[in-house]
Amino acid sequence: MTYETVIGLEVHAQLLTKTKIFCGCSTRFGETPNSNTCPICLGMPGTLPVLNKKVVEYAMRMALATHCTVQATSTWARKNYFYPDLPKGYQITQFDRPLAEAGYVDIEKNGAKKRIGITRIHMEEDAGKSIHDELSGSSYVDLNRAAVPLIEIVSEPDMRSPDEAAQYLRRLHEILVYLEICDGNMEEGSFRCDANISLRPEGQESFGIRAELKNMNSFHNVQRALEYEIQRQRAILERGDRVVQETRLWNTSQEVTHSMRGKEEAHDYRYFPEPDLLPIVISDAWKEEIANALPELPMEKRERFVSEYGIPPYDAGVLTASRALADYYEEVARLCGRPKIASNWVMGDFLAYLNEAKLEIGESPVPPAALAELIGIIEDGTISGKIAKEVFEEMWQSGKQPKEIVEDKGLVQITDTGELEKIVEEVLAAHQNQLEQYRTGKDQLFGFFVGQTMKATGGKANPKVVNELLKKKLSTP
Amino acid sequence: MEPNRLTIHELQERLRDGSLTSAEVTESVYRRIASLEERVHAYITLTEEAATQQACAADKLIRAGTGGPLTGIPIAIKDVLCTQGVRTTCGSRILEDFVPPYDATVVRKLKDAGAVFVGKTNMDEFAMGSSTETSRFGITKNPWDLERIPGGSSGGSAAAVAADECMASLGTDTGGSIRQPAALCGVVGLKPTYGRVSRFGMVAFASSLDQIGPITKDVEDCAIMMNAISGHDTSDATSVPTKVPDYRACLSRDIEGWTVGIPKEYFVEGVDPEIRASIDTAIKTLEGLGARCLDVSLPHTEYCIATYYIIAPSEASSNLARFDGVRYGFRAPDGESLLDMYKKTRSSGFGAEVKRRIMIGTYSLSSGYYDAYYKKASQVRALIRDDFDRAFTKCDVVLTPTTPTPAFRIGEKMDDPLQMYLYDIFTLSTNLAGVPGISVPCGYTKGGLPIGVQFMAGQFQEEKLLQVPSAYEKNSALEKRKPDL
Repeated sequence: MTYETVIGLEVHAQLLTKTKIFCGCSTRFGETPNSNTCPICLGMPGTLPVLNKKVVEYAMRMALATHCTVQATSTWARKNYFYPDLPKGYQITQFDRPLAEAGYVDIEKNGAKKRIGITRIHMEEDAGKSIHDELSGSSYVDLNRAAVPLIEIVSEPDMRSPDEAAQYLRRLHEILVYLEICDGNMEEGSFRCDANISLRPEGQESFGIRAELKNMNSFHNVQRALEYEIQRQRAILERGDRVVQETRLWNTSQEVTHSMRGKEEAHDYRYFPEPDLLPIVISDAWKEEIANALPELPMEKRERFVSEYGIPPYDAGVLTASRALADYYEEVARLCGRPKIASNWVMGDFLAYLNEAKLEIGESPVPPAALAELIGIIEDGTISGKIAKEVFEEMWQSGKQPKEIVEDKGLVQITDTGELEKIVEEVLAAHQNQLEQYRTGKDQLFGFFVGQTMKATGGKANPKVVNELLKKKLSTP
Repeated sequence: MEPNRLTIHELQERLRDGSLTSAEVTESVYRRIASLEERVHAYITLTEEAATQQACAADKLIRAGTGGPLTGIPIAIKDVLCTQGVRTTCGSRILEDFVPPYDATVVRKLKDAGAVFVGKTNMDEFAMGSSTETSRFGITKNPWDLERIPGGSSGGSAAAVAADECMASLGTDTGGSIRQPAALCGVVGLKPTYGRVSRFGMVAFASSLDQIGPITKDVEDCAIMMNAISGHDTSDATSVPTKVPDYRACLSRDIEGWTVGIPKEYFVEGVDPEIRASIDTAIKTLEGLGARCLDVSLPHTEYCIATYYIIAPSEASSNLARFDGVRYGFRAPDGESLLDMYKKTRSSGFGAEVKRRIMIGTYSLSSGYYDAYYKKASQVRALIRDDFDRAFTKCDVVLTPTTPTPAFRIGEKMDDPLQMYLYDIFTLSTNLAGVPGISVPCGYTKGGLPIGVQFMAGQFQEEKLLQVPSAYEKNSALEKRKPDL
């Protein structure tokens, strides 16, 4: 029997606010344990939460960017459970009245768009971290992360393969990063994903029994875990057994999932309305203000790059990977007026040097204007494409302007026919043997003469002119 | 007369004219405490050394002419309110040694006003109880009859004021915990409108019902205290930015032509006849002052207890989850695993009544029971609120007895939690509705136990709530008595 895979994802994204969601503590990552804490985020008796308005603003950005309906009134709830890294014994979250509902994100399937529904987006506070020391048998708690703001983005069960799930995840990730509300760092846990996955016989309407997968801290792991889980569930179904509804953990080193807890052991979170906070009321004016300030999103930008600059969709994809890169490219393209060549340079040498040096776009020693100038002097024939690579390297090292480098090093292309004719004649005279062979039919030696001529000019000869001159000289004995 | 027997406003005059100093007053308060505490046991913690310093500082301000109405006045604080550097136990073993690094907003406000802090008063554990018998730190006695309970949960705060062991105190009221002990101890106690006073620093019992309020010797003192503690606080999202009027200014106005609603649901069988008689006398006094008394109905009154005992324990079960032995407070030393540590800490850290309410609340919020209990109770709560909204379209204030009977004997209801719960039958409704209520003395039983009359008003109508009893207090024939200790 063939089975269809059904996947839904729950994504937690840490918001990039300076302070925590209900107190004034810093959200900075990697500080001394428990240094970013105060009586409020430590859950000391008598303390009360006060909402950080920026959190609502950031969450609204994501909601509007994913076409969700932002509710005029939403409410807070308490999710109750005991754990040492949860200081109050409950998490403040949203439950029956979330901030936003019914949105979507588009992915690609067989060259067409496929819409993945978003059920809801809600705000909540993060928990702290427990660190277990196997050696001493002690457990330590770091509450720096406690009450760092999160949004949870819950998808509809609309994905049908690990590839679709990975695509959807990447789309969410790039939107969050584009909106500058999340740094998207999966290793540090600022972008986390849980998956619900089930199989059903092809054509069946109702869903199969699902497993919830946790602990997948990279795009690659999400895809691998889902692939593994499909195999596992298919094997169960094929031998006529039932899949158990449970939570399973992905083991990165063994590349398998392990049962963490079954349905019976599932927590009863005893959700109820949070009495310490007022409902979140959002006016149309506020919503509009946020909507108007949204940047162009990656999908839109990609489509615009293809139509406006005439570059291939692949190039557009690479160039819009981040807002900074897209902005860099657009600046270069605008200044030099050659979008396709600009795309080649940005995607090629520029990114190669940047990655090699492990730099961010903003730290690049070559600003867009300099790269545009370089493209300009290639296009007007001042230097050859080959020399340009040398010039680029020099620009990267010294930070100098391309024209300055070309001048200092005397790299201007020789296009003077008279001067070049003399050099060509010298080359031919110096290689009588090869000349004989060429004339007896060894055509492939043409390239040899071009190379020798370029060498003699230190690479500065205009290759087009050299070609023409050689053709003329070699055809007339 | 010993200075500790004075009211705030009487004392204020004497401090200002120099006939008394705060140091003298504070000393007289501690003399009183030294001679009485063994018998009354109103306090858990005394802070005499700090108080002496505060009194000296206050005297300097008073001499410089920059003192306010509370400068140099000895005040007691219920031990559920956080006090920086002074342990705050909530009457519980689990917080036996807890010293907060911050002040509750009300404490800070009183500090800023120059008050002198006498100590932390005894209470039912986590404010759960009606008699102050569930405290980890012993039972507080009613100053009028040491065999009887002072009421609760703010029993220590009420007893301390009644016994002149302070000028005034702060209590907290989640279902009557200020008004009921005030009535039983013959003093004045006011629960403000929900949101009128910041809850920041009050160790939460039931967050949607809790309010902090004053317990004082008379209505004028109550107004002085309300002026000091009311107002919006950016640290409490549920505190309301409504302007705070001068509550003292309304006290001298007469109440001619005012309407006083008498809800028939509060005058039922089971109310002690002596209380009934005192309330009737109070009604006549008010009529004599030109007020018109009329029948009103609060039809959902019979559901108040059931509603309260679902909502309050539900919120409490969540609020008390933080006492897990991980970060502060008591931790059982012999936990073999995390779960075992939790179980042992909470089993021995909390008393029986607290555990009972945690269990009731946990049950009410459980999946499968939530709709039938918590959700239903929230719906009924809305109906109770509507009852009050409707009643206050017909009258300025509502008048009821504060308690069904006078103070009962120690131990009388401890084995019967339902009887204990029923004792708060007349005070729970204001917390559910979020409206303010006050209890003022209106008589004594033949056995010499105080009786209280309760007034309620619409949201943020504390002026009315003070003006009516003030008029009553000034004009009633009730003799001013002090407990014979």
